Amino acid sequence: MGAPIRKTKAEMGLADLYQNARRSLPGGEEISAVRDSAFDRFNAVGLPHRRVEAWRYTDLRGRMKEAKRLASLPDDAAKTKAREADDLFAGAGFRRLMIVDGTFVAELSDLADLEAGLTITPMAEALVSDQPLLSQRLGPVVPDDDPALALNTALAGNGAVICVSPGTILARPIHVSFVTTNWVATSMFTRSLVNIGSGASATIVETHQGPDGSEYQVNTAMQLVVGDEARIDHVKVTREGDGALHIATVLANIGARATFNQLGFVAGGVLVRNQMFVRLAGEGTTVDIRGASLLRGSQHADTTLAIEHSAANCQSRETFKAVVADTAQAVFQGKITVSPGAQKTDAKMMCRALLLSDEAEADSKPELEIFADDVQCGHGTTTGAIDEELRFYLMARGIPEKDADALLIQAFVGEVIEGAANESIRSALTDAMLGWLGQRE
Amino acid sequence: MTALLEIKGLHAEIAGGRKIIQGLDLTVNKGEIHAIMGPNGAGKSTLSYVLAGKPGYEVTAGEVYLNGEDLLAMGPNERAAKGVFLAFQYPLEIPGVATLTFLRAAFNAQRKARGEAELSSPDLIKRVREIAKTLNIDADMLKRPLNVGFSGGEKKRNETLQMALLQPQLCVLDETDSGLDIDALKVVANGVNALRSAERGMLVITHYQRLLDYIVPDIVHVFAAGRVVRTGGKELARELEATGYAQYQNEAA
Repeated sequence: MGAPIRKTKAEMGLADLYQNARRSLPGGEEISAVRDSAFDRFNAVGLPHRRVEAWRYTDLRGRMKEAKRLASLPDDAAKTKAREADDLFAGAGFRRLMIVDGTFVAELSDLADLEAGLTITPMAEALVSDQPLLSQRLGPVVPDDDPALALNTALAGNGAVICVSPGTILARPIHVSFVTTNWVATSMFTRSLVNIGSGASATIVETHQGPDGSEYQVNTAMQLVVGDEARIDHVKVTREGDGALHIATVLANIGARATFNQLGFVAGGVLVRNQMFVRLAGEGTTVDIRGASLLRGSQHADTTLAIEHSAANCQSRETFKAVVADTAQAVFQGKITVSPGAQKTDAKMMCRALLLSDEAEADSKPELEIFADDVQCGHGTTTGAIDEELRFYLMARGIPEKDADALLIQAFVGEVIEGAANESIRSALTDAMLGWLGQRE
Repeated sequence: MTALLEIKGLHAEIAGGRKIIQGLDLTVNKGEIHAIMGPNGAGKSTLSYVLAGKPGYEVTAGEVYLNGEDLLAMGPNERAAKGVFLAFQYPLEIPGVATLTFLRAAFNAQRKARGEAELSSPDLIKRVREIAKTLNIDADMLKRPLNVGFSGGEKKRNETLQMALLQPQLCVLDETDSGLDIDALKVVANGVNALRSAERGMLVITHYQRLLDYIVPDIVHVFAAGRVVRTGGKELARELEATGYAQYQNEAA
């Protein structure tokens, strides 16, 4: 792939951004060194483009015209907007942490009566105190060479650090709400870390939203460290404004005999990339990853998953659905790697796209890379329009065409939403889906 | 008196131009049960789809009226709201849509189209349960996705349940006996017979006479090569069982 000969305006802008910000970014010497080296890695290759295999369907270099200035600290007006922003999980009783314009705002966050065994720290504070755990985790994480993640490591300003001590079962889900308030386009780099100790269990929901009509840029990363016999349910909802660029990385390292349920839901943003790097590091672990993207207009949403079975006797299921209207484009890339020692791996990946218009596009690239000889792995992909026979059956019972289609779309997406163990999450996502359906002419 | 269903000089073909129905005349009055019998390929199922308004079936000539209204000008959902019900030969499976959700959507959509008030969920559920009981459908089946994993008999009982709930004026039963053992057939036939009324007409489409032992028609038509070639009373069904359709196929050709 090699370095591009000529830097684009956005690449030069990002270099300026980093040079100007590096002294004021949180963290001591050690963190600074990690940032510098991450930025150098990014700078060597630049923004990813079509010839970079992992990004072949999402030409970030071509589509990102410029780097927006870093968002400033939220003022009172921004905080008010954030407080009043539509909350998908309102009334569900979750513990909500507010990240406003990239900054953890303690006064808007529910930090009262933390359960025993739970600690929550703003990432900026954790970085300043140079916790060794963080600097290690910020450095050589799973994909060393991903340019978007390298950029995040270099520029990450704030986020949430959530630690659940071994054996702690958190009944109350934690909702990390990322809200962009400023209509004037800025960029935000957030980094969060969730550490679930052995035998502990937690539900973490992250939502991302912002104003329509603004070309703001989000680069966010969430690192999940899950201990042996632990369980994490992680839900990520991308409902950015209609002009937003949203790039998100989930890094998950899962211990032995653990449970990892991940659910992604995309219904916003003009250019969205959700990439996940999941490593099953210990034996006997069960992973269920599901995703749904509801796209219209000229939206482009890319879901890229790399799952690495590094230990034996693990099971993973990946189910991805995309509903694509107008001239939107859905991308799914899924790669399952089974390491030589990971015998008895049972991995199945399915990706389905429902195209609602002739111009809608879905691209999918499933891959299996298997180095063990006693495994069961499979993948499947389907792309199609709404089934006319099913539509006719519903209409023959009196249901108008638009409602019949809505029912079939709901049913299609339902399999993903049903994956959420928590009833409030299922119902909030169902509402979000119905809202999306209601907005179609 | 206006006929419930009036078909005049109907010609229809499927996408690709194959002519299936070729000059059909048929009148069904309220309170009557008509059986349409005929060999495979005669166009029986096509007739049911044309009446229900399935896309891909093109009417090239003729008229169809329901209570004097032009049925062919209506979309499938409008026809349903006006009282046309097609019991499918092969009911479709819809994963992810619970049977009860589907019933509620259909019932209230029809009410809305007719300008009637929607029924509240508890009232609707109560009504569905009462009907389900008479058809040996257990409550668990209503929660399952529509027809998914249902046996042939369960699917047909589910069709009958929908018919009883929606209370159509014209019931078109397409090969309702296919895939049914004798016990299931009796349950379904009882359900259909319970809907016999002076205000309702039925068109029972079948290849075999067996179904007509349980759903006894007033009038029997022999359908061959896209039109009615003979009409008689219920005894005609027994005669066909003995003689077969060969003579009519020759006649039609």
